[in-house]
Amino acid sequence: MLRTHTDVLVVGGGIIGLAVAWRTAQRGLGVAVLDPDPGHGAAQVAAGMLAPVTELQYGEEPLLRLGMASNARYADFAAELEQASGLPTGYRACGTLAVALDADDRAELQDLYAFHQRLGLTSRWLTGRETRRLEPMLAPSVRGALLVEDDHQVDGRRVGAALLEACRRAGVDLVAARAERLTVEHGRATGAVAEGGRELAADQVVVAAGSRSHLLPGLPEGVLPPVRPVKGQVLRLRIPPVYAPFLSRNVRAVVRGCHIYLVPREDGELVVGATMEELGHDTTVTAGGVYELLRDAHELIPGITELPLVETSAGLRPGSPDNAPLLGPTALDGLVAATGHFRNGVLLAPVTGDLVAEYLAAGRLPELGVPFLPTRFTRTAAQEALR
Amino acid sequence: MADDILTIAGTPFGSRLIMGTGGAPSLEVLEQALKLSGTELTTVAMRRVDPTVKGSVLEVLARNSIRVLPNTAGCFTAGEAVLTARLAREALGTDWVKLEVVADERTLLPDPVELLDAAEILVDDGFTVLPYTNDDPVLARKLEDVGCAAVMPLGSPIGSGLGIRNPHNFQLIVENAGVPVILDAGAGTASDAAFAMELGCDAVMLASAVTRAQDPALMADAMRRAVEAGRMARRAGRIPRRFHAEASSPLEGRAQLDHREMPAF
Repeated sequence: MLRTHTDVLVVGGGIIGLAVAWRTAQRGLGVAVLDPDPGHGAAQVAAGMLAPVTELQYGEEPLLRLGMASNARYADFAAELEQASGLPTGYRACGTLAVALDADDRAELQDLYAFHQRLGLTSRWLTGRETRRLEPMLAPSVRGALLVEDDHQVDGRRVGAALLEACRRAGVDLVAARAERLTVEHGRATGAVAEGGRELAADQVVVAAGSRSHLLPGLPEGVLPPVRPVKGQVLRLRIPPVYAPFLSRNVRAVVRGCHIYLVPREDGELVVGATMEELGHDTTVTAGGVYELLRDAHELIPGITELPLVETSAGLRPGSPDNAPLLGPTALDGLVAATGHFRNGVLLAPVTGDLVAEYLAAGRLPELGVPFLPTRFTRTAAQEALR
Repeated sequence: MADDILTIAGTPFGSRLIMGTGGAPSLEVLEQALKLSGTELTTVAMRRVDPTVKGSVLEVLARNSIRVLPNTAGCFTAGEAVLTARLAREALGTDWVKLEVVADERTLLPDPVELLDAAEILVDDGFTVLPYTNDDPVLARKLEDVGCAAVMPLGSPIGSGLGIRNPHNFQLIVENAGVPVILDAGAGTASDAAFAMELGCDAVMLASAVTRAQDPALMADAMRRAVEAGRMARRAGRIPRRFHAEASSPLEGRAQLDHREMPAF
């Protein structure tokens, strides 16, 4: 049986796994990635909004800090990745507008604005008129908006393709097979067996298998908290050149309590997302999902009905119990986590690559990553037992 | 309060706060809130959850010994609601269902005709039906007549946080009901929950007021105490309202001073 040995084995070649592999290879370590179809995870469906400030939620300030750190690195990350791969990433510093359509939505958005101000974040309140001057396609009923100049966008598909190429050029061994099981010897992760029987031994193993991370066979119980699949349906429309620009920045809105976003790409693609459904590993596109997205998008931007609808798809966000990622060493020696990024995989790819590569190369997780150690959940359980 | 048990369809509950799960920022936050709420019964939208998934909201309920109450949120016809209830029964092995059939997305108010129709079909099919209904005393009575195990009138529209807009109707419903009356929808803060209990509701059901609060766990704790306080106040019996003051200390036995005996200050 074929057996190879490498410094680091990354299980899962989505945007997170590849970012970790690329950054780790840059540090001079030998890296292999195990994935039947690398570069094709949830980021293929994601809209790629880089909006930590716009999407801030109460109680998630640590995640905000991580998101802002990653956002701040994005321009350099994209430039370096484009250089290394020779491929575009679709990074676009365009800003984001969070729009309120009626008085109720406005009140909710003002709540967010107040929260921004308490935390010292930069956002600007616009009246309905000011909002529509920036984006004339918005419905006349718009009651106000928050402009967040530093929340941008990137194309998750292009980043995936570019990371794949950058990994190839950096000498990462891309093993196109499913991980059959994790191998554990004497209480330490030692690698994985690929489908077909090939054994990949490694000094350190990174789990970056998205919503399948904790289902990896051979993973001891309790090492990773559950990472559950949260389905999102997404539409892709095309803005014909005669309509351009149509939208000039990301638009996010609460339409009668439902969250929707529209991300206009430089190349004319307009991404509309996304539903939130907890239905297991199911990626069916449903009539209801498409209807709800179009209904809310139409209410926000009536002219959307004229655009060609070119694609409908569904992806699975890897949701951890607290919506924050799992980064760094686990309770199992030799096993490192880079998963559970939920709605923020594309945003957090640069900072995840940097933090996890630093841990793999230097044995130390930088301070920024410490709140996201996977052991935070096991600690809570232990503390509770003591009470 | 061991001597004050809520009984729904023969099942006892120590807590009179029924929780919903919609709108929680994360499962971890939801779990903290559910713990602090003290709830023993919690609704889950069956159209949004697959019970076979590891780490789902159903696991959160199971490990906290909270009974799951599947609901038919998002249904607009009796047909859809009946189908959803049957799928839930098959998936979760419970014949309890919180029946919701709404008329439109703008108000999310119950469609009374479809609701009554669905309730009758489900009761006949052996379900324990808890219908989300308008605050209409006549409809509440008809739902009870077809065999619902409780009635759950709305205080105000779902998620509005406007409290109980028609307390008089609630009193009428409570007075007539032979099954538990549960405030469903509208509670925005603790006083709303306490008020419902003071009006004679047997329990309060809420979700958004907790899950969308800035600190959901703290609000859950507040709601638990509010429901308990309101219930105790109802049992204790409030004083009648008066237009003018009535001194709380007695007037008898005070010194009656003659003006000649008045001391000089």
